[in-house]
Amino acid sequence: MSYWPLLGVAVVIAGFVLRRNPALVVVVAGLVSGIAAGVPVGDLLALLGRSFVENRALLLFVLTLPAIGMLERHGLRERAQDWIAGFRRLTLARLLIAYLGLRQVLSMLGLTNVAGHPQTVRPLLAPMAEAAAAREGIDADAGTRAEVRALAAATDNVGLFFGEDVFIAIGAVLLIQGFYARAGIELEPLEIALWALPTAIAAFAIHALRIAWVSRRLRRKERPR
Amino acid sequence: MIRIDHVYIVVGLFLVVAAFANLRAGRRIPGLFWGVLALPFLFGDAILAAHEAGTEWPAQATGAAVVLLGLLAARSRLASPADDDAAVRARRAEADRIGNRLFLPALAIPLVTVLLLGSSKLPAPLDALVGERQTTLVALAVACAVAMLFALRTTRSTFPAALGEGTRLLDSMSWAALLPMLLATLGSVFAATGVGEAIAHLVGLVIPTDQRLACLLAFAFGMVLFTVVMGNAFAAFPVMMAGIGLPLLIRQHGADPAILGAIGMLTGYCGTLLTPMAANFNIVPAVLLELPDQYGVIRAQVVTALGLLAVNVALMWLLVF
Repeated sequence: MSYWPLLGVAVVIAGFVLRRNPALVVVVAGLVSGIAAGVPVGDLLALLGRSFVENRALLLFVLTLPAIGMLERHGLRERAQDWIAGFRRLTLARLLIAYLGLRQVLSMLGLTNVAGHPQTVRPLLAPMAEAAAAREGIDADAGTRAEVRALAAATDNVGLFFGEDVFIAIGAVLLIQGFYARAGIELEPLEIALWALPTAIAAFAIHALRIAWVSRRLRRKERPR
Repeated sequence: MIRIDHVYIVVGLFLVVAAFANLRAGRRIPGLFWGVLALPFLFGDAILAAHEAGTEWPAQATGAAVVLLGLLAARSRLASPADDDAAVRARRAEADRIGNRLFLPALAIPLVTVLLLGSSKLPAPLDALVGERQTTLVALAVACAVAMLFALRTTRSTFPAALGEGTRLLDSMSWAALLPMLLATLGSVFAATGVGEAIAHLVGLVIPTDQRLACLLAFAFGMVLFTVVMGNAFAAFPVMMAGIGLPLLIRQHGADPAILGAIGMLTGYCGTLLTPMAANFNIVPAVLLELPDQYGVIRAQVVTALGLLAVNVALMWLLVF
């Protein structure tokens, strides 16, 4: 029982904390843990190469790119933005909850990039949320407006994170499948993806409730701080 | 019958196209990156077969190629090409012309995958389309091809144009596209060099490993903690799985691997909501939205993240054993 291979874990942590290029950090971490375990260089390179080839299913998602790229060239994002703009008459809470649901469903279908902070939150969702807040008579001081914008950004993150894992071609699902396959446990990606559904539903419920609470608190102007 | 090795060769050919497109445009680093990456896809089976036969040099050469990919990644820049007005107007016009039909080809990817998966119950020749191993992945590849043909029809464009758009998306992801695959590779290397055993041993010194709940809590909070420190749940996954998930929860306590993997990863995502290390999601938007507090987005996420963490732990406790 040797603790030296743990140096590889230390390299991963140090590399990510120091913001080195993640791809390089990961390669170096593998080399370090092998050298620390006393694996000869030739065997180590072979291990690295073989593991890489065995995990090549994780790049299969690139096959979705030509279709999605072409749809984007022909206005897929603009169309998604039209949908969001259609939420214009909603109250603050309903606007953000509708966006959360839309973002989750789009992510579940693999359309993770049609929305996002630069694509939809900054140009659309944030100003629409501020306008909805103003219509409801929520006090428009700078702090409140910033809180509304922050909540809009948080809503985008929650929708993306807890939708995408239901799509089988996403890196997370293939990473889980690949890890198990190396350990001798054969699973179909769909089995894994479906088990992301309970958390996806819980994420929608929890965040929707929070949106409703925050908007109620803002309307009553019982703001701490 | 379509087998998974055919699919890998198609991926390899697409990467070759992307490599040439970049080289021709004078972008040498991305061109080299995709070109080197194409090799394990075009010759993957030959590399593994050579290893089985005791010839190690192809695997060693691939290992050297992986090191080269890491070095190239460190030198490549994530540059998003400027969006000119003409392109924006053209996209707007197309969006208005085609309308919601734009979403249909994208819908075809998950839909056709699931349909094909059920096709073992369909009569011949449909049931012969997909091979027996890695069925989902082969079905996914067929679905991508169907979606592309559908998208070609909907947008009235050509196959080379589709490859060009695919290359554009690939370039915009750059090395980030490769990160999950590299992390899975690291997981395999860690397993082979005894990292998992070392972590499991350390964990055994701290918690009573004969108790399921203690192991589950150590796994869940380990996922969150590692994700917060590294800003990336993908990086935390192989470490926590090799150290706690696989040896203790699955092998010793008989946890269900599919459920543990899926919800375990999503437990890590709760950590992503909490950390400034995940700058793209938590810090960049604070700047984009001109928030006075750079941690404003994280503050807005704390309650959701902690509530969901509790739900995930409860779900795992109820479902995996």
